[in-house]
Amino acid sequence: MDSVSEVESIAEKLAGEAGLDEDTCFHVTMAVREAAVNAVLHGNEYDPAKQMTASFENTGVDLVFTITDQGKGLDPETLPDPLAPENLLRGTGRGIFLIRSFMDEVHFRQLHPGTELTLVKHLATANDKTGDQM
Amino acid sequence: MALTIASREVDGVTVLDLSGRITLGEGSVQLREAIRDLISKGLKNVLLNMGDVNYIDSSGLGELVSAFTTAKNQAASLKLLSLTKKVKDVLQLTKLYTVFDIYDDEASAIASFK
Repeated sequence: MDSVSEVESIAEKLAGEAGLDEDTCFHVTMAVREAAVNAVLHGNEYDPAKQMTASFENTGVDLVFTITDQGKGLDPETLPDPLAPENLLRGTGRGIFLIRSFMDEVHFRQLHPGTELTLVKHLATANDKTGDQM
Repeated sequence: MALTIASREVDGVTVLDLSGRITLGEGSVQLREAIRDLISKGLKNVLLNMGDVNYIDSSGLGELVSAFTTAKNQAASLKLLSLTKKVKDVLQLTKLYTVFDIYDDEASAIASFK
């Protein structure tokens, strides 16, 4: 889990340096952490032989975070809706939902093997509070 | 900051004062073990004081839900006290705010178990 903490710290620093307000910075950091946890736990299944990679970029327009794993792959279309009444009391299945809730764009790409998850936060939107209400 | 858990008894209610983060690898397992320990001892009224929990992730949410269902299955009751804004926001977003009994002040929370 050290790698997850490292990814989280870098995301928090980048979001702070981009001038995001405290709430948005928290949301972005949480989304990136969830993506990293997902890669290590569900993607690589804690296999030390498999790697999680993370890249971070402030393009001036967007914050872009890319997390990859070397697991079996993830089909986002098959994920159950965690807000459905029958799923509310499930112990798992909220990570991708939180990522999608907190970021402006979320893209999945199958790597065979593995999954690449790209999270995007538009800086113009993020710095306009009316565009970032929960 | 990892999760710290302190236990105290108030009018027949076991209050767990939580402080720190409830996340995968940093507190979710501690919370699970603490609650299972209480339930296994036959304690029926559990109040989680979340006033000093500044972060919860999806794993932590899962642990809260598991604790809630474990308690319910054992005819015990688990309620939440003093959510911080960040935790409250996440519980609302995931609709778990509607699942738990949540209180802002301890006296009301304790009274609700009677």
